[in-house]
Formats: sequence, C-alpha cells, structure tokens
Amino acid sequence: MKFTGAAMLSLAALPASSGHGHTDPNTARMGVLVDLTECIGCRRCEFACAEANGNPHDPIESYDDQSVFAETRRPTPGSLSVVNRPVNAASDGTPVHVKIQCMHCEHAPCVSACLVGAMQKNPDGAVTYDASRCIGCRYCMVACPFERLSYEYDAALAPRIRKCELCRDRTANGKLPACVEICPVEALTYGERDQLIRYAHERIAEHPDRYIDHVYGETEGGGTSWLYLADRPFSELGFPTLGPRSSAEVTEAIQHGIFQGFAAPLALFGVMAGLNFLTKRGSHS
Amino acid sequence: MTTMPIHHNSNSPKYFTPGVWIVTAVAAVGGLCLLYRFTFGLGAATNLSDAYPWGIWIGIDVACGVALAAGGFTSAFLAHLLHRDAYHAVVRPALLTAAIGYTFVALGVMTDLGRFWAMWHVMLPWMWQPNSVLFEVALCVMCYLTVLYIEFLPIACERFIGRVRLPGLLGVLNRPVDRVLRALDSTLARVMTVFVILGVLLSCMHQSSLGTLMVITGDKLHPLWQSPYLPLMFLLSAFAVGYPMVIFESIIAHRSLRLRIETRVLSMLARLTPIILGLYLVVKVLDLVRRGVAPLLLENSPASNLFLAEVTLGVLAPMLIFSVPRLRRSIPWLFTGASLVILGVVMNRLNVFLIAYSPLDLTASYTPAWTEIAVTTGFIAMTVLIYRFVVLNFPVIEGLAVPYRNREQHDAGTPNRTRVLNDRLPTASPNGDLVRPSHETNRIDRAVAQGAAS
Repeated sequence: MKFTGAAMLSLAALPASSGHGHTDPNTARMGVLVDLTECIGCRRCEFACAEANGNPHDPIESYDDQSVFAETRRPTPGSLSVVNRPVNAASDGTPVHVKIQCMHCEHAPCVSACLVGAMQKNPDGAVTYDASRCIGCRYCMVACPFERLSYEYDAALAPRIRKCELCRDRTANGKLPACVEICPVEALTYGERDQLIRYAHERIAEHPDRYIDHVYGETEGGGTSWLYLADRPFSELGFPTLGPRSSAEVTEAIQHGIFQGFAAPLALFGVMAGLNFLTKRGSHS
Repeated sequence: MTTMPIHHNSNSPKYFTPGVWIVTAVAAVGGLCLLYRFTFGLGAATNLSDAYPWGIWIGIDVACGVALAAGGFTSAFLAHLLHRDAYHAVVRPALLTAAIGYTFVALGVMTDLGRFWAMWHVMLPWMWQPNSVLFEVALCVMCYLTVLYIEFLPIACERFIGRVRLPGLLGVLNRPVDRVLRALDSTLARVMTVFVILGVLLSCMHQSSLGTLMVITGDKLHPLWQSPYLPLMFLLSAFAVGYPMVIFESIIAHRSLRLRIETRVLSMLARLTPIILGLYLVVKVLDLVRRGVAPLLLENSPASNLFLAEVTLGVLAPMLIFSVPRLRRSIPWLFTGASLVILGVVMNRLNVFLIAYSPLDLTASYTPAWTEIAVTTGFIAMTVLIYRFVVLNFPVIEGLAVPYRNREQHDAGTPNRTRVLNDRLPTASPNGDLVRPSHETNRIDRAVAQGAAS
C-alpha cells in the first residue's frame, strides 16, 4: 500500500506522464522524499547516479559490496551520491541506510556565497553549477551547511565543483532522476515539494509507530528540496541539526544592511572629507 | 629632525647581508613550491579536502595578510586625513607595507584559486553576484590595491624627477619623461586627498566584510567566534593592529638599516592603541554576553582556552603595556607590546578561518602540507625582500641615505656631504598636501616634542 502510494505520487508529479498542468517543472518546485525506513542499502542509486552523470563506474553487481559501509563516506567528484549505514544490525536489530547528496537548499548558502554566480537556484528547485563561471575559490564548500559539495583537487588546470543537480537534463525530458528511477523499493519519491511535504506528514499520521514526527528538510536551513522520513532522531543518523533560517539570510542581511543604497559608505566618505577639511584649516591657523 | 644625524657613513646599507641571504633562500624554496602547485594542482601541493576547503593560504596569506596591512590606512588616516603632521615619518613605510602586503594577498588568493586563470571573472559585471560577501571583499581589495599603487606614485615621481637617466639611445626621452613625471606629480598632489579618503573607506569596507565572510558557515564555526558582529570585531581589530604593525616594522627596519629608531613617534602611536583595543574588547565581551555563550569560557576546553589566550595575550597584555608611559618609551617594551597585538590578531584570524571551524565530520582534520607552509613563508620572505629593495631605492624611510642620492652627489661633485631625504627638492611637492615641505618638518619636531611631553 505504501509502495503504491509512493509510486503514484512520483508518477503524478511527472510532467510527461501527468495530465495536470500544475506540475510543470518550469514553475513547480520539485523535490525528492527519502523514506529511510524503506531503504535496504542496495546502492543501486549510486550506480545510476554515476551512470547519469557520466562518472566512471563498475558494473552494477559491484555495488552489492557492503564493505563500504564500514566507514562514513561523503560525496566525491566520482560519486555525487553515496549511501551510508550509520546504524548497523549489531547495534539495533535492523540497520538504517542513509543516501546523501546535495540537499538543494531553498535559500542555498552556496548560491549566496558564490561571487561570480556559478551556483544557481533554478525555479524547479535544483541548485546547479556552471563551471564556465567558476574561479575555484571553494567558498561554496565552506558555506554549505551539509558539506555535500566535492571538488576535483587532483585536476591541476581546470578543477570543478561536483554536485547532484537533481538530474535536470533527465527531468526536463520527462524522466525521473536516475536514483529515483532505479530504486527497487521505492524509498525515493520525486514530486512537487509542497505535495511531498503534505504526503510525508500523512505518512507519519498513518504510521506514528513507524516514523518520528519530523520531516527533515521541511524547515532545516530554510528548507531543502530533498526531504527525509526516519524512525529515529535525525541527529543519530548523521544529519546536522539546523535552525529554520538559512545562514545566507544572516550574511545577506548584514551585507545589504551596510550597503543599502550605498548610503553608509557615502556617509563615511563625507565624514572623512569633512574631518580632512576641518583639520586642515586648524593646522594652518 | 632636519639635521638628524646619520650613524653610518655616506655609503647606504648594502642590499645583501647574511640575514637577507637566508630570507632569499626561504623565498626561493617558496617559489619552487609555487611552481609545483601550479604544475600539479592543489591536490598535490596541499592537504586541503572537501571537509577543509580552505587552509593556511586563505587563513594566513589572505586573512592575516589583510589585517596586518592595516597600518597603511590607519596611519594615512592620522597623518593625511587628520593632518597630524607628527606621524608623517611613519606614513610612507606603512604605505609601502600595505602596498606590498596587498599585492601578496592577491598572489595568495591566486595561488589558492583552483581556476586562477578565470580570476578576471570578478571584474566582469555580468558575473557579479552582489549577495556574495566574497564578491564585495574581492572588489574592495582590487580597488584598494589600485589606490595603494596610486598613493605610492608620488614617491616614485620624487625618486625620478630631475634624475631620469634612460639607457643608451632612450636618453633623448629623458626630458619628456621628466616633464610627464612632473605633470603627474603635480596632478596627483591636487587629487591625492580623494584617494586617501577612498583608501580608508575601502579598507573599512573589506576589513569588516572579511569577518562577515565566515558568518555564513553557521554552526560550523565555534559559538565563541561565530557572531553577526564578526564584521565589527574584524574592523576594530584591524584598527587596533594598524599602529602596532607600524611600530613592529619600524623597529625591525631601523635596526636592520642601522638607523635611529623614532621612539617618540612610535610611543605616540602606542598610546592610541589601548583605546582601540579596549573598544574591541568591550564589543567582544558584550557580544558573548548578548549571545549567552559567555559560560562556554569556563569549560576549559581547547576552544575556550584558545579564546582566552587570544584575548589575554593579544588584547589585555598589550593594553597594559601600552598604558604605562615608561614602557611606551622603551624600545624593547614597544616591540613586545606591538608583537602581542599582532599575535592576538593572527590568532583571531586563524581561529575564525581554520581552528574554530570544524566540519560536520569530526574525524576530518587538516594539517598544512610542507609545500603549503613553504609557499606561505616564501611569500612572507618575498615581501621582506621587496620592502628592503624599495626602501633602499626610493625615498620611503626618513634619514636613510639612498644610493641614487649618493650617485647624484658624485655627479654634482659634492662627495663628502651626506644628503638625507628631508632636504629634498621643493619641486617634488608643488602642492604640499601629501608631501611635507621642509618648513613642515620643524612643526613635526615641535608636535613630537609636545606629544611626548603630554
């Protein structure tokens, strides 16, 4: 029942297969809901991600290798999405797997931080990277509250930031993001962000024993396009605890407060010119 | 001061001394490591990672570099904007330090940029992203660097006016070039006030924004440092470190060049420092209280100890030293106090940019690679070498007999008289706004005497 629900939502949200006009990705904020209680840690999403992003990868069977769960991994230039196992079977009966990638923040600090506009928040919610603008300062990485950006340190001449771009080229052609499409247990649901949040809360209401009452990403850091459901506090699963405001809100308020209409710098210039004039007269008298 | 005795013979100091050779070696090693970085990339030359995207090239070369170059605008503010003539002696060395310092800040940034060849994107209006704090910092630093070079132009004009000697056939251009220099010099003298004010303004803007830069890291920066008031604290600490930096550098330069140290001017600068440090301290304490994190100071953690060390060594101790008139007149104490302020600001910038910044993955760590350290020390060595070259060849430090003067004396057939910079030609300063004509030096003497007496 749950599975069919998830499938339906992702189908309904698909522009190509949907009969409703309001799911046009050009206007609708899209997102992905991850049900961590469903994920079996098969890592098929890692394979699909590498394939869709043109990263070198091994055959799909190699992703059955569970030894990678021994350590906590983070996205790398070669694998933009990785699955971790923060809770293993030994500690608590059933293991919990967590797929991580760029969260596509609503008010993304990386977008706010980038001085040349290489990071962009698109109308469909995807945060994308334009290497042709990038100067390689890595301030976006410093700013990222989830630390999901990776950098090609080994490229001597033209290193790039690498990140999940929500498979924009696929969704524009009516396809699902590669990871969502391949997931065999439908732990991932692609759809309009608003609908996903409503749906997530319905799921929690239907199965209060299965989930904690928290949709991660609904408000964290001002909200994210990727949303998570889990059976235990997210802090136990390696998710950062973030307030409802994006850190970019603070810096933008400071910057635009100081430089509004360029009034403060002009005033300071005026004051100094005045001081200069007054002390000059004084020193000659 | 017009007749300041020169304690060595008319031969100006040699460029190379054993110490300078060591500095040259450090610079050379840095240069090789720089070559390595640009050939093999950041991955090969640094220990940077996705968890620690910024290392010492940003933490030291850029963040500390910008702060420690604050002597330029703070002394220009006193001497040129407020017309405190007593401080004229320190303005040129401070300006030179700032110009060289910011040049190396720019080089440091370039070294750290993965796509350094795209650096010019910052100058393209269609690339601008005005929400970005870094955008403002980058633009301000570029503009300020330009202003610093413009402020240095009169010194270059003074050096060459009346002494243009182009080699070989180019010699026919000596007169035209001289005329151009004179025109440039008199034009600059008329408009320089605008550039001085602009320099102070741009400094205030980016010194503070350098603090805003790390606000966006949110909880990744330790709560003892993370604050929306970081820009104000960065600005105040830049003000505070300006004069100590002038004192520090002046004592070293005068020792190295065997000149008498202008203790009276330096002690006047030292007297101003506790006031600014005190203001900085008040803001820092109020901020901790306002955010309710003051109790963290008592938890005896590495972070709390670092914070307390930063404030005790870098703020309280020099405030104390510089508040005692007797200590302010002692060169060793002046040097100690100035070094402590510098240490405090360096600790603060390193804490904010590197040490108090912790990635979500607490197992991740960053220790700079030896190549990173070598590039940083190499850059510092290069600033020293360039500083020494410029003061030995341009009229920067008062009382220093620079070689071209000697050469001119030989040309003029007056080999036995040492001429010092104070009696330079009045033609070099037609307006007299930024340069000091000789009649002003007497006023300086009086002002210095008054300042020391009060």
